[in-house]
Amino acid sequence: MEKQVVRFTRLNRILHVIMIVSFMSLALTGMTLKFSYTGWAATLSHLLGGFESAGYVHRLAAVFMIGIFVTHIVDLSRKRRREYPSWRALLLGPDTMLFNKKDLQDLLGNIKWFLGLGDRPKYGRWTYWEKFDYFAVFWGITVIGSTGLMLWFPEFFTKFLPGSLINVATIIHSDEALLAVGFIFTVHFFNTHLRPEKFPMDMVVFTGMMPLEEFKRDKPLEYEALVKAGEFDKYLAEPYPPIVIRTIRIFAWTALSIGFSIVVWIIYAMLFAYQ
Amino acid sequence: MKPFRLFLCTALLLIFYGLAPLQGQENGDCFSCHSDQSLTGTRKGKSISVFVDEKIFAGSVHASLSCTSCHADLEGKELPHEGGLAPVNCGTCHSAEQELHSKSLHGKAVSRGDPLAPTCRDCHGTHNILHVKDKNSPASPLKVPFLCGRCHQEGAPVQQQRVIHQDHILENFSESIHGQGLLKKGLIVAPNCASCHTAHSILPHTDPASSIARKNIAATCTQCHAQIEEVHRKIIKGELWEKEAHTLPACVDCHQPHKIRKVFYDQGMADRDCMRCHEKPDLKASRDGRSLYVEARDLAGSRHAKVSCSQCHSQVNASRLRPCETIVQKVDCASCHAEIGGQYLMSIHGKLSAKNEQNAPTCKECHGTHTVLGKADPHSATFSTNVPDLCARCHREGQKAAVRYMGTQHDIIERYTESIHGKGLMKSGLTVTAMCTNCHTAHAILPRSDSLSSVNPINLPATCGRCHHGIEEQFDKSIHSVLVSKSGKELPVCNDCHTAHTIRRADEQGFKLDIMTKCGRCHEDIAKTYFDTYHGKVSQLGYTKTAKCYDCHGAHDILSVSDPRSHLSRENVVGTCQKCHEGAGRRFAGYLTHATHHDPKKYPFLFWTFWGMTALLIGTFVLGGIHTLLWLPRALQFRRRETLKKKEITSDNKDANDGD
Repeated sequence: MEKQVVRFTRLNRILHVIMIVSFMSLALTGMTLKFSYTGWAATLSHLLGGFESAGYVHRLAAVFMIGIFVTHIVDLSRKRRREYPSWRALLLGPDTMLFNKKDLQDLLGNIKWFLGLGDRPKYGRWTYWEKFDYFAVFWGITVIGSTGLMLWFPEFFTKFLPGSLINVATIIHSDEALLAVGFIFTVHFFNTHLRPEKFPMDMVVFTGMMPLEEFKRDKPLEYEALVKAGEFDKYLAEPYPPIVIRTIRIFAWTALSIGFSIVVWIIYAMLFAYQ
Repeated sequence: MKPFRLFLCTALLLIFYGLAPLQGQENGDCFSCHSDQSLTGTRKGKSISVFVDEKIFAGSVHASLSCTSCHADLEGKELPHEGGLAPVNCGTCHSAEQELHSKSLHGKAVSRGDPLAPTCRDCHGTHNILHVKDKNSPASPLKVPFLCGRCHQEGAPVQQQRVIHQDHILENFSESIHGQGLLKKGLIVAPNCASCHTAHSILPHTDPASSIARKNIAATCTQCHAQIEEVHRKIIKGELWEKEAHTLPACVDCHQPHKIRKVFYDQGMADRDCMRCHEKPDLKASRDGRSLYVEARDLAGSRHAKVSCSQCHSQVNASRLRPCETIVQKVDCASCHAEIGGQYLMSIHGKLSAKNEQNAPTCKECHGTHTVLGKADPHSATFSTNVPDLCARCHREGQKAAVRYMGTQHDIIERYTESIHGKGLMKSGLTVTAMCTNCHTAHAILPRSDSLSSVNPINLPATCGRCHHGIEEQFDKSIHSVLVSKSGKELPVCNDCHTAHTIRRADEQGFKLDIMTKCGRCHEDIAKTYFDTYHGKVSQLGYTKTAKCYDCHGAHDILSVSDPRSHLSRENVVGTCQKCHEGAGRRFAGYLTHATHHDPKKYPFLFWTFWGMTALLIGTFVLGGIHTLLWLPRALQFRRRETLKKKEITSDNKDANDGD
């Protein structure tokens, strides 16, 4: 069997799975409300146990989402303490999630490569589109989360904010959610899973590891750095048994299907039933 | 008798001969003193006026008599005389009357010393006596009832303290046909008290000599009703009443004394005579062959059990051998039920019937004929729980009334049965629940378009308000009421929200979700924007606990938002929000419940927020989409290479294997 390179910690993988479940729940229950004028929405709301339970699901999933966010921040600070001398080292080092000059070079280089004007850029640990997805979640949780809390506790927020801000919050919450759902279920799905190199899906976020050849090809700078540091062997691991892989595939396919269905439904609602 | 006559003759002889020289006393002599209004005398120790009005006396029937004709004890006395005269004896002249009186109940009471007993003067007066035929006389025919009534009306001492077997004599008499003839129509030949009881010989009916004794009553009545035998054919010979009164009913057995009504007899007109023919099951009309059989049992169990045949079949002529041969008209129920008959004639049923419309129902279609029962009888077709079936006979889809109907209400019977009213009536058996006639009325049924109809929009709130009175009171003060809104716009009434025949409970899910479209029929834009907000979206998903139109605006007490009494006025709006949002404050109420992001003038910040977000969305998708599309050819190229590589490897392996 092909050698595998470990890329994600167990906690990261668990958080991603929880995020999938939470995000799908939020998307399904939220979109039924946003597109309540379509027959789809009424059917779905009914399937989810009526609007009231859909509301509970939505809020419960939101709590999980915020939980994931907090857990990630806490994990990040622990990682910093464990592996980096300072926040600066973490945030400005070669493995940073923050955008830097190289990302801009990579983006331009990539576009050149798309157009056949150059070679593919050599990526490090994180590509620029991975970083974009990562910060999209930061942005989304901040914007959707804060407006969501306003809609959840309007009595509290209107103690110091005008009531019409709830109307504004409704629009922002709903349209930002539409953006998030649309982006994740199209661009993110394509970039990570559906593009022909990875088709039908990239398992790395579930198994936490990727094949050695793929790693060498996709993350050449990271590979070189690890070999140089003589730490590469620490990251090598045996793949999971086929039964685990199959289970993961079933889960992932379910998530993908739900995501695509929602996209189709949104497009249908926007084009044919928009109010 | 003899000593009395002897005395009378002696007295007369004495007057004309023995006392003749003293006839010099003139009435003028008496009036020289008695015309003084202040002149008093004493009687039984009490001071009384002894003034006599000369004018009144001159107008009386006794004007030509001298004072001493009556005050006989003054005959020949020196004037002025002493007080304490003997009571006047009218019998001196009116001996026959006095004799009757003295034997009568009244006279006997007088001789017993009963202070309430009437003497001559109590009825006829004293110096002012008029002839009984003078209309001013208290004993004139028209005034007799009041004369007798002085003592014999309710509350008078006689009626209270003496044993009088009849009550409300004066009232009953005045309402009877005799009383009406006398008092209303002024017929002086109509009987008054004295006509039956006699004037002076009043005796109890138990006294065989009494004019109202069982044996004599027929004779008394036949004084006027001379040909009564003709009418009362059952008694073959009228004289039997007089001759064999003990075996026959007396007049008063049927026609109660003092209450002789002009209407119907209790069981007169000989129902048995009718039944002699009509109890035969094969009796048929000669003209059209329809059965004329009458089931006696039906009649006996009906509401009209005590009504005789002739009261309804009123054109019978008792003097014919076949009294019914004079009948040419159908039974007219309105002859008794006049008010209902009037309503019916104005109703759509009555109007159609008047046009000889074959299918138009008349009284009997609903009430039956001989089997008629009261609406309070559960076996009656008009009993509340049976009414829907009764009306359904014609108004069920496809039946004769339903096919004529061109309006919007269909399947009314089925829908009513499923409605809250129908369920209350038919399933729960609540007889007070509204059924057909409660809304449409029983007899004044008119189409909704008729302004007199109980279900015309003008009248509907009052019709529903007969049961839902509290709601009507609220509604009448609301902006939807014609009493408040004078704009001339079409206003909703009860059925516009609640429907007519499919009325549901207002706390049922179906009603709650439907109400937005009901309000939206008139308030189109407002309803649309409601569906843009959280409340609207949620209710569209079938959630009923969220705020619907009436939760904020009120249901029946709805008022303009600018009205201080409105649920949404500045004073009340926070409280209205707090019905659901307990912690809501003044700012909370600033939430725009009908906001839309499509209106840049009214809600610019919502409009721009929406378009800002949309721009962000479109921008992100365009950039992401371009990036992905550009990537696609490269990715496919890579894929092809990978496939080729794999093929090479497998063919290499194959070659190697083949080589072995």
